[in-house]
Amino acid sequence: MRLTSEQAPGPAAISAAGLGVLLGGVPIVRDVDLAITQGEAVAILGNNGSGKTTLMRALLGLVPHRGEVELFGTRLEDFRDWNKLGYVPQRSGILVQQATAREVVASGRLGHRRAFWPESAADKQAIADALAAVDLTERARHRFVRLSGGQQQRVLIARALASGAQLMLWDEPLAGVDHVTQQLLADVARRLIADGVTVVMVLHELGPFAEVIDRTIFVQDGRVVPHTPDPSHHHGGHEISELAANRPRPHQTGLEAL
Amino acid sequence: MDWLALEFMQRALLAAVITGVTAPAIGTYIVQRRLSLLGDGLGHLAVAGVGLAMLTGAAPLPLAIAVCVIGAVGIELLRESGRAHGDVGLAIIFYGGLAGGLLLAAFAGQGAGALAGYLFGSLLTVGAADLWAIAVLGAVVLLVAIGLMPQLFAVSADEPFARTIGLPTRWLNILVVALAAITVTVSMRTVGLLLVSALMVVPVATGTQLATGFRAGLFVSMGLGATAAVSGTIGSYYLNTAPGALIVVIAILLFAASWPVSRLLQGRPDRPIEVGSPDDEPLPEQVTEDHPHVHGPGCEHVAVEHAGHIDYVHDGHRHAAHGDHYDEH
Repeated sequence: MRLTSEQAPGPAAISAAGLGVLLGGVPIVRDVDLAITQGEAVAILGNNGSGKTTLMRALLGLVPHRGEVELFGTRLEDFRDWNKLGYVPQRSGILVQQATAREVVASGRLGHRRAFWPESAADKQAIADALAAVDLTERARHRFVRLSGGQQQRVLIARALASGAQLMLWDEPLAGVDHVTQQLLADVARRLIADGVTVVMVLHELGPFAEVIDRTIFVQDGRVVPHTPDPSHHHGGHEISELAANRPRPHQTGLEAL
Repeated sequence: MDWLALEFMQRALLAAVITGVTAPAIGTYIVQRRLSLLGDGLGHLAVAGVGLAMLTGAAPLPLAIAVCVIGAVGIELLRESGRAHGDVGLAIIFYGGLAGGLLLAAFAGQGAGALAGYLFGSLLTVGAADLWAIAVLGAVVLLVAIGLMPQLFAVSADEPFARTIGLPTRWLNILVVALAAITVTVSMRTVGLLLVSALMVVPVATGTQLATGFRAGLFVSMGLGATAAVSGTIGSYYLNTAPGALIVVIAILLFAASWPVSRLLQGRPDRPIEVGSPDDEPLPEQVTEDHPHVHGPGCEHVAVEHAGHIDYVHDGHRHAAHGDHYDEH
């Protein structure tokens, strides 16, 4: 039985049925059914090479897929409401030479901007707020490539925040990030979840996110598998039930999995 | 200054300024995408267009632009589909273009000599009609390169992310290579097809050295490109050389000169390097009593921001003033 089948009905942020991805003829994601309700905080866990990053990329339409994916009830092929998404890819993929942190964050705002038009006051405010949310206002005019790994990760999170997204998809936000930054990112996630934003994260281990995550989806060999008890994913379990109990939420399912 | 009265010199200078400004503007995106040698290949392709024009007796500029843009878009589509993985495929297209152009010119009875004016630039060949075409096309390239800066930056920096915010990444990529093809072709009278690529890359590298920020780098490199193009054009009049060679040499000299300048800029005390985290426990300090040099902004030592104060690197240690002595970190 899949964890996702326990999900109570509610307005779905993401749903997938029979989702598969072939890369170079090799099946990377196989026959995945999942449903993530709006306002939920879900971690996709799995080992290296399990297909969890490819699964996230398929949900965003970044790799060709088989099966059905819907975002906010609209088929991915017809989905145009891109401002609702806040994607944070793995840090290594970004190619900037001299761009400042602010310029990188500003590109997250482009869904709101008209071509050939300068930034509006609302754009400037959103960019400044996003930088402040990750505590990088001081570094706005520094070159992105000169920042530390943790600071770069915070810039990418701020870029996703700048659009005012309703659905956050973060791919390995903790990779190569120190303890202090991990706590800061967990605080950002907590505020988003409190505001009703759906948060989906690909993670190696829950770490500081344990207390904000409602539910975990475990990926192994490209398939979603029932969660196997693993002590490394259990710490912080007490806080989860406490935090979730304090939040108005129609569904408490999935917590059993933790 | 007698050359200013010469009509062909006026035209050549105008054409040079346009090339000098547009080539780095579009080159910024090409360099960002790590396609620095694309302009060189497109220059080779444009030779086929010039050869075709010689054979058919048509005007060289429109035909060269058509061949070059079609080739550039085809290359981009191949790259996107993953079929041009290695650069071998690109090399075959590019050298096919160069060889084809030389052959076509030979069939037209013109030989390689007639192509030299396009390969290396030729001041005398810029006619009034050419100048109009160059000005209009240059304006289009600039309008897009500056007007769509945020979108083009987003696509060249992080294409998957750009797709998730709904940008038409495929069209923007095609737009960049098509504009690069136009820029290369338009520059064949001033810098020449074989050297225009340098003007798309070298001022961009210099701008990256000197400016902080993508936008600032773009404008600085445009200014540097214009400087090299104008001074190279004037210099070539006096030295009686092909303008392209001198323009590129000047651009490279500007790049070389930017190294010490950028060192000065980066050594500014308001931008210290940050190490460690403010929350780190302070390390046990080693105290130095005897230190005659007083560190401060502008002294020759590298400034490092550390736990709320600034250290200065000195003989392999980091020094921080602490009361009447220096702490070693």
